[in-house]
Amino acid sequence: MMRRLAVLLAVALVALIFAGLIRNYVEQESLRPLAETYVKSVPQELGAPNVITGILLTFRAFDTLGEVAVLFMVAAGVGLVLSAGGKTESGTDSTTDERKAASELVQNGADILLPLIFIFAAYIIMNGHLSAGGGFQGGAVIASGVMLLLLAKPATQLAHDFLSFSESLAGVLFVLVGVAGLIFAGGFLDNRVLPLGQFGAFFSAGAIPVISLLLGIKVGAELSVIIDRFRN
Amino acid sequence: MANLPISTIVLTTGFVLMLIGLWGMFSHRNILRIIIGVSLLDTGIHIVMVAIGYIARGTAPIIDKALPVDEAVQRAVDPVPSALVVTAIVIGLAVTAVMLAYAIRLYQSKGTLSIDAFTESKW
Repeated sequence: MMRRLAVLLAVALVALIFAGLIRNYVEQESLRPLAETYVKSVPQELGAPNVITGILLTFRAFDTLGEVAVLFMVAAGVGLVLSAGGKTESGTDSTTDERKAASELVQNGADILLPLIFIFAAYIIMNGHLSAGGGFQGGAVIASGVMLLLLAKPATQLAHDFLSFSESLAGVLFVLVGVAGLIFAGGFLDNRVLPLGQFGAFFSAGAIPVISLLLGIKVGAELSVIIDRFRN
Repeated sequence: MANLPISTIVLTTGFVLMLIGLWGMFSHRNILRIIIGVSLLDTGIHIVMVAIGYIARGTAPIIDKALPVDEAVQRAVDPVPSALVVTAIVIGLAVTAVMLAYAIRLYQSKGTLSIDAFTESKW
């Protein structure tokens, strides 16, 4: 009872802070100077219609690279944490074989939906510079497709070698594109190493589609590995 | 009430979600429920960040037929919080994955998910 009261008090105090923030919040009427610069310079200098993708994959691309490194470390860390315990319990192997198969509805649904999900993911990744989307989002869609596959067909074994190979290759190419920007354009991960092309066309915005594709492959592979690690 | 700005409504929703998450973290003893609380807190913060980036009568900062280049500065919402939230969602997923992995290991070591069983690091 005492504990419950303490929790209530803590949440109420935080709520008080939040209430003050909400009461004094005024909706902005115009962009802040930094945002205004981004909204102006992404279409003009980078040739990308989607300002957010321009920020993520060029202005803050180094940040994005660091983030992919975080994802990689999490995939490795989850593998380390989970594999250390799996060996001590001999019972885990026998339970995996007895895992109940998914119902026919789920299996057939997965057969129909999986190709569509992966095509949708490819569309999201490759249109990140033109409309809403990008590498992170498409990679997450790929991982959700893998999740559906693992739920519908529990016996599926993912090709871990292929996943880790394509993931490392995408990472290395990502850095190489960045270094190319350092040599041929204005700085690390500058997208103007490739011609900007016609504004709004599929092949435009310099290296942004390339970086988006690499990012999508990397995120998709990493998230799939993380999901698969939780199965065993 | 009727002329409440849209960003204030979204902001309030985000803060309420954060409070629910905090409540879940503090009041539950099951590790999985605590993880759900952390995820709710995380999602609430994302909503708050997106709400802060809203500009009155703004639209998504994507240049196309509906938003010509010369109108973009007047009508686009702030792209910086949106870009940061994409980053934050990925990190949130990573944190959740690590928490779940530890939860599995804790369950293997004690056979229970109640946080009361783990007294070693309690002071």
